Amino acid sequence: MSPTDPPTGRPGDVFAAPLHDGAPLLRVDGLRKSFGDNQVLKSIDLSVDRGDVVALIGPSGSGKTTVLRCLNGLEVPDGGTVDVAGELHLDFASPLSRKQVAALRDRSAMVFQHYHLFPHMTVLQNVIEGPVQVQRRHREEVVTEAEALLARVGLADKRDSHPAELSGGQQQRVGIVRALALRPQLLLFDEPTSALDPELVGDVLTVIKELADEGWTMLIVTHELAFAREVADQVVFMDEGYVVERGDPSVVLREPREERTRQFVRRLLSPF
Amino acid sequence: MNIDWHLVGTSLWPIVRGGLLGTIPLTLASFVAGLLIALVVALMRISGRAPLSAVARVYISVIRGTPLLVQLFVIFYGLPSVGVTLSPWPSAIIAFSLNVGGYAAEVIRAAILSVPKGQWEAAHTIGMSRRQALRRIILPQAARVSVPPLSNTFISLVKDTSLASLILVAELFRKAQEVAAFSQEFMVLYLEAAAVYWVFCLFLSAGQNLVEERLDRYVAH
Repeated sequence: MSPTDPPTGRPGDVFAAPLHDGAPLLRVDGLRKSFGDNQVLKSIDLSVDRGDVVALIGPSGSGKTTVLRCLNGLEVPDGGTVDVAGELHLDFASPLSRKQVAALRDRSAMVFQHYHLFPHMTVLQNVIEGPVQVQRRHREEVVTEAEALLARVGLADKRDSHPAELSGGQQQRVGIVRALALRPQLLLFDEPTSALDPELVGDVLTVIKELADEGWTMLIVTHELAFAREVADQVVFMDEGYVVERGDPSVVLREPREERTRQFVRRLLSPF
Repeated sequence: MNIDWHLVGTSLWPIVRGGLLGTIPLTLASFVAGLLIALVVALMRISGRAPLSAVARVYISVIRGTPLLVQLFVIFYGLPSVGVTLSPWPSAIIAFSLNVGGYAAEVIRAAILSVPKGQWEAAHTIGMSRRQALRRIILPQAARVSVPPLSNTFISLVKDTSLASLILVAELFRKAQEVAAFSQEFMVLYLEAAAVYWVFCLFLSAGQNLVEERLDRYVAH
């Protein structure tokens, strides 16, 4: 369960994603989750290939965010299986051990809708906290890497600022860097631009698109259909706890087969 | 009323000395010990384990539901009858720290709960255990939130330590009482004691404001 090694082939490029060979990095089968009487996930199947970007779309309450939270161990599913990189296999039929939850978290990193940066720490401290305190990597090495990552998202001069001094777009870019610094195999984005002022959305989407181009494997919950169409390799439409339709963005977003998908896409593209 | 200014002058130093050597050390020792008790009790309260949480709740309820003076007397005058005899100072420190522990536990618990749930989640997301998240992420933020209410607890404690005069601790008020008993000038000496307490608390309030300003700088609003 060591963090993914830095990439070969592009030495020194801290932004480079783990190598990919086209095999599925993540397989989810029959994932179920209820909150009390409310069955949020009825049966979710997903497959994310290495290096692919998968956009999870669907109406609010359809369970998209819950899927991400289950994959990061923030919720414990009631049933189903998750397989990461063919080396971590979790069956939620029986309760997970703490070690298994840690192993699951070790492979993914989450970017939250509301950033959830640590307000009592500087930008740099936010980024190095996980690698230094949890992964026990060398501080100097982590700081060098963190500074390079911050520079790549245009925040080199903010390393000693506190989150409260940053705009929403800047905070979210720090949130992305904090996730990258963990060197995860899979990046999870939970509506990364939904809390941002419209004029700040572009900066964050640009960063995510760059990551996609670098070959990072990402699962993104989003309402930005134009962005999904441009960046995603696969679009998954969820409704009422099921995956209704999935496939190439040009198909799912332009000529959906399912009536529910059609209605959703139409409503989002022309709300009036 | 004729004020005996000479008496005011000669009694000032014994009273201030009682404050410096009695009230202040007693307050500091009790407050530090009380905060440690409070932290443990607050963590028991939010541990999610029913027995721990129940013990903490009973403790807080007893401390808050009984007079401090009674707690002090139980420890100093009561315990000897079950074979535990403590001197005035340890009795006072134990009573005051247990008392602070009960009140501050609720302050700390509320402060921990006031840290947004997203902070716990972000901590877990970067791989932290519950203990790590608490120590590195949650408690530092809770500490900032709890400074104003805990400062109030501290200032109350300064004044509450005057109760220790009743178990023979040589603190500020006890010194005033001694001079008053000798000179029979009760009004002058008790007002003088009140003035000294007031000056102490003015300094503490100023210190509280400084700390709050410093801590406020980087807290998310």
